[in-house]
Amino acid sequence: MSTTISPDTRSHPAPGEHAWRDTPDGRGHFGPYGGRFVAETLMAPLDELARAYDEARVDEAFMARLHADLADFVGRPTPLYHAERLSEKAGGAQIWFKREDLSHTGAHKINNTVGQALLAARMGKTRVIAETGAGQHGVATATVAARLGLTCVVYMGSEDMRRQATNVYRMRLLGAEVRPVDSGSKTLKDAMNEALRDWVANVDDTFYIIGTVAGPAPYPAMVRDFQAVIGQEARRQMQERLKRLPDALVACVGGGSNAIGLFYPFLDDKDVAIHGVEAGGDGIETGRHAAPLSSGRSGVLHGNRTYLMQDDNGQILGTHSISAGLDYPGVGPEHSWLKDIGRANYVSVTDAEALDAFHECTRIEGIMPALESAHAVAYARKLAATMSPDQVVLVNMSGRGDKDMSSVAEAAGETL
Amino acid sequence: MNRLDTRFDALRQRGRTALIPYLTAGDPGPDATVGFMHGLVEAGADVIELGVPFTDPMADGPVIQAACERALANGTSLKGVLSMVAQFRERDAETPVVLMGYYNPIDRMGLSTFCEAARNSGVDGVLIVDVTAEEAPEVLPELSAAALSPVCLIAPTTSEARIAKICAHAGGYIYYVSFKGVTGASSLDADRLADQIAPIRTVSALPIGVGFGVRTPTDAAAVSRVADGVVVGSVLVSRIADNLDDPAAATAELRATLGAMRDAIDAADDEQRKIHRQEEGERA
Repeated sequence: MSTTISPDTRSHPAPGEHAWRDTPDGRGHFGPYGGRFVAETLMAPLDELARAYDEARVDEAFMARLHADLADFVGRPTPLYHAERLSEKAGGAQIWFKREDLSHTGAHKINNTVGQALLAARMGKTRVIAETGAGQHGVATATVAARLGLTCVVYMGSEDMRRQATNVYRMRLLGAEVRPVDSGSKTLKDAMNEALRDWVANVDDTFYIIGTVAGPAPYPAMVRDFQAVIGQEARRQMQERLKRLPDALVACVGGGSNAIGLFYPFLDDKDVAIHGVEAGGDGIETGRHAAPLSSGRSGVLHGNRTYLMQDDNGQILGTHSISAGLDYPGVGPEHSWLKDIGRANYVSVTDAEALDAFHECTRIEGIMPALESAHAVAYARKLAATMSPDQVVLVNMSGRGDKDMSSVAEAAGETL
Repeated sequence: MNRLDTRFDALRQRGRTALIPYLTAGDPGPDATVGFMHGLVEAGADVIELGVPFTDPMADGPVIQAACERALANGTSLKGVLSMVAQFRERDAETPVVLMGYYNPIDRMGLSTFCEAARNSGVDGVLIVDVTAEEAPEVLPELSAAALSPVCLIAPTTSEARIAKICAHAGGYIYYVSFKGVTGASSLDADRLADQIAPIRTVSALPIGVGFGVRTPTDAAAVSRVADGVVVGSVLVSRIADNLDDPAAATAELRATLGAMRDAIDAADDEQRKIHRQEEGERA
């Protein structure tokens, strides 16, 4: 039997109602996680950003502009879709998708870049910088920069540039400069180091648009707030369509912005189970993966305390995932906190399982998920199979798979 | 009183500016560092900053990033860095050593384990680049219990209110970052420096060392006219990078580079003291 939940019209539960409503604290801590671990030079710009964001979020004109952009430029609200054939194949609960893949530029990333770019413009910054892994956040940043007439520089690991050549070209067409990062592992974490170095040197005119719910405060909470539109819409749409809330939420977790965006508005709904899916790569036991919540330990990187993949000497480990967007050794601090307090459950899915889900979803639903989102689909199939047909699993279809053609072909031993 | 305080007091009495070279420990290999440290002392170092290599040195420029990568490729760990300091102490009981690095390796070792081991190895101060004044309460009691001075950064972007907050808990010396950027990136604007560090003087009696961008003896002399210490990093690390296969040549170049800075600083110090004596004479 499914849990019966009466329709709930609250969209913003009162602060302080639950432990997670009190986070982050004034210093950006989610329990023991988060905070601001940066070089002193960045403290002033972070203070400036936190002040500007606190002002903007209560400014009606700013919020009206944001909502108008989300509607007319991004294409919100994104649909809620019943994946009937996938549900039937899984055999169990009904699987529904929140269609972030239908957002402008093809992924949820744009929800956040629209918000941060408007804030940058409001603060009088003329230049924006970003880090990118799969290139989706880079494209989303280049897109809003083009629209607002801001100079845009995107840092991208040279290994990721190879894997995501089409996105590199998209960013260049949008007028952004893509700077290859050759240090360290040449992936997302190194791109973030390089963006932080750029910001330190250009704090006066530059706004750093971080693409995920990590980094120093106020980024984790600010990015969550901009992405929470996903869960707010999904919660409302579920109530309108099904007159109830889902039994379980499933989203992939790299840094974790699409996941927190879906989860956050449901945190108070105790009967809604929450599952975050990390990149299991070749399998957790092989060490070749990108699943800090599944196998890592608490540490400090990129401005916040969180679960990290690290060795016994506190050096950050290289990661592996078929999905460039999940290829990151850390995770947003709020996820670390939700794991520790038991509000969310974190699991992992291997490259092979994600690829299989990618192909199945493509063939039987006609929806080609991003390889990141395919991790969520893979776990949702497994989860649904353990549930009953009157239960509902809501998956965040965080992005579309067009960008992943060469990775998928390569995995199949084909060349395009 | 630890070696840092003793050393800065002695320098102040003699009217001398501290010369503070930085090296990344374990670069290019774990056996090189102790010899380099002794060479730096012989060339006139007053304090040594020893960088603990980290995979993600986000406040460092390409020169020190590459040094970190070389050191890590050779298996340098925080534990290994502490043994280097202990080995250095076998022949040098006087020169203060400050560890400079990022928080994660310390956090992973465990703060109290680290502090105890650092004290036992002969470390005098610790500068954790990514632990700001807001997060410092997490580390200060343990550092203090082990008599390790918390050396703190102040940047051109630091407000006067923050300067006061940082100086309230800082120890050893203040490390003033001379420009907005990463290590080794820009060049020094010595003219602005006096104005920039003036607000620190009004709230703290701690000596002020200035780093980031000191490349030449002229830079070092210019900094010595306004600051109490001159920190030199990337230019020395470059000398090592230029001589990866020849440790003897690297040592010789390190000594020559630092020695030239020592001479320039001493000449500037002598000139300052002469001016000072003249002023005193006129007053008398």
